[in-house]
Parts: sequence; structure tokens; C-alpha cells
Amino acid sequence: MGLIQIGRQGKDGTPDVITTSIEKAVNWARKGSLWPMTFGLACCAIEMIAAVSSRYDMDRYGAGVFRASPRQSDLMIVAGTVCRRMAPVIRKIYDQMPEPKYVIAMGSCATSGNIYDSYSVVQGVDRFVPVDIYVPGCPPTPEALFDGILKLQERIMQKRVFVKQPKEVRDVFKI
Amino acid sequence: MNLLAKRIQESFSESFVKSVEWRGDVAVTVKREALHDIAAFLRDDPAMAFDYIVHVSSVDWPDEEERFEVVYEFYSIRKRHRIRLKCRAPESDCVVDSLTDLWKGCDFMEREVYDMMGIRFRRHPDLRRILMPDDYDEGYPLRKDFPLRGKGWRDTFEFLDEPAR
Repeated sequence: MGLIQIGRQGKDGTPDVITTSIEKAVNWARKGSLWPMTFGLACCAIEMIAAVSSRYDMDRYGAGVFRASPRQSDLMIVAGTVCRRMAPVIRKIYDQMPEPKYVIAMGSCATSGNIYDSYSVVQGVDRFVPVDIYVPGCPPTPEALFDGILKLQERIMQKRVFVKQPKEVRDVFKI
Repeated sequence: MNLLAKRIQESFSESFVKSVEWRGDVAVTVKREALHDIAAFLRDDPAMAFDYIVHVSSVDWPDEEERFEVVYEFYSIRKRHRIRLKCRAPESDCVVDSLTDLWKGCDFMEREVYDMMGIRFRRHPDLRRILMPDDYDEGYPLRKDFPLRGKGWRDTFEFLDEPAR
């Protein structure tokens, strides 16, 4: 986790002082409460639902609070075949999510369109939303989805939070 | 010949084209000018009593003169028998009478046939696309001469500020 534990040891041997950087603490809080949005489009959704249920229990990773609204969620798991007619809806939902936000493309269809090389199927959601993690499989098992979530958490821990914005951005936001 | 098909042939001898029975499924092909009359007969005749529309679909036969075929499938809940009614339309004039006034359930299914195959239905109350967006202008995707990957619509995202990669 990147936390450093030093200081006076209590009688039972547990440390009572933790030093860390604020950045790590913020990232740790962010990765520990990933609220995904329910976004099942096809059969992958069934595996995603199974991943939340008691047998697999996605809540262990802090990612079990599925929200029905994009305004309350941090993570969009695009689970299933994305039709072209659905694409503007997905983009609108992505734009409504508050920062910081993450996207997992779950399954072959969301990653690349899979076998559906047809006139109506988008060949991967990364064509219109930025994707952080790709989970392969058709459909991926809940374990595979967990692997993706854990990889995403590793990635969140490596993010820089308190960075000076580039000049163009500062000008836009008048910082 | 099946009794139902025989009845249609006797009542509409001029419009009857052929009937095929295969593994218990009866399919009757009729001329499209008489489609609506025959369908009304199927619904209203007490011995027929087809009160349920099962499905409306269409077939593209690209090499034949009358290219498109509309297939209606009816079922009688009272009599427990079913029949398939087909009629052909050429590409130059692919219009078929709508059966929406006889069976309300035809509405969406005929819209789907129009959306996918481009066959228009005369006197349909609301003939719009149903699966594809209203402003879709690449044609009719289920036609045999439509390219499998479409004509670029799936890769254009007009709602993005910058073009897709």
C-alpha cells in the first residue's frame, strides 16, 4: 500500500504512528472506494452481477457499491457488445461521471467488437471513451474481472494527485 | 394438399400461386394484390379463425425477378393450427399492403421489415425505422447487396469533438 509504519510500539506491539505522503493517502482512499456503475449490455453483465454476489463478493475490494447513476460513480465497467446506436449514450454517461473516473472494457466485445464484425457493432469502446483496463474473455469470469479491478487499483496508486497543471490548462481554469 | 391451403386455393383461385408443406409446416404463396383480402379471409372465416399474428419477416432473393418476399405467419388459438403466407414484390416497386388493420401486432414487425429490408407497407399507420436510428442513411442492412461491415457509420462518432482514431 505504500504506507510506512514507524514510531513508538505499544505494549501489544502495534504501531500507533503512520507516516505517508498525502498523495498516497488520497490514492489509497480512491482505490478503496471504487463505486462502479451498473452498465451491463450483454452476457458479460451476468458475470459482472455474479462478481458482486455473495460467492465472489466484489465488495472486498471496495468496488461493490453499484450505483444506478453516473453522477455517483467512479468506475464504468462496459460489459458487453456495444452497438453504434448505444455509443452516444455511453459517451453522455461517461461525460456525466465526476472526476476522477475510470473505465474498464470488460470482455472481447467491449475491447474489440469480438466476432461481431458487422455494420452495427462498434469495434471497441476505446474508439469513443478512454479505457484504463481491458479484461479479455468471452465472457470473462468474475476472477478475471477482479484481476482487472486489482490492476486498476495498482494503477490508481501510481497516479500523481498534486501536480502542477500545464499552462494551457491553468489558463482555461484561471488557476 | 393440406386442407387449409386447399381452402385458400378454392376461394382465391386467381391469386393462388403455390403451396408447400414441409414437415407439417404449410406455406402458401399468393399474389401481393390479393394479400390483404386473403389475410382478411384467414382471420374472419370461422373455419380458419387465425386470430394471432406470430411473425412478419422477409427474404431477399437477389437473383430472382421478384426479389423480395414478405412472410407472414399466423396461428389460430381457437383452432390450434398455423399457416405461413408469402408474397413477392419486385425491387422497382417493393410495396406490400399492410395488415395492421387486421392484426394490431403487425405494426412493429412490419416496421422491422421496412427498416431491415426496405419493403414499404401501404396504409401502415406509422412506417418509420425501428431498430436503426431515424436518420440512418446507409440503406437497408439485411439486403444481400449491403456490405457486411456497413458503409462507415459504425466508425463515425459525430458526438466527439475530435475525430476517432
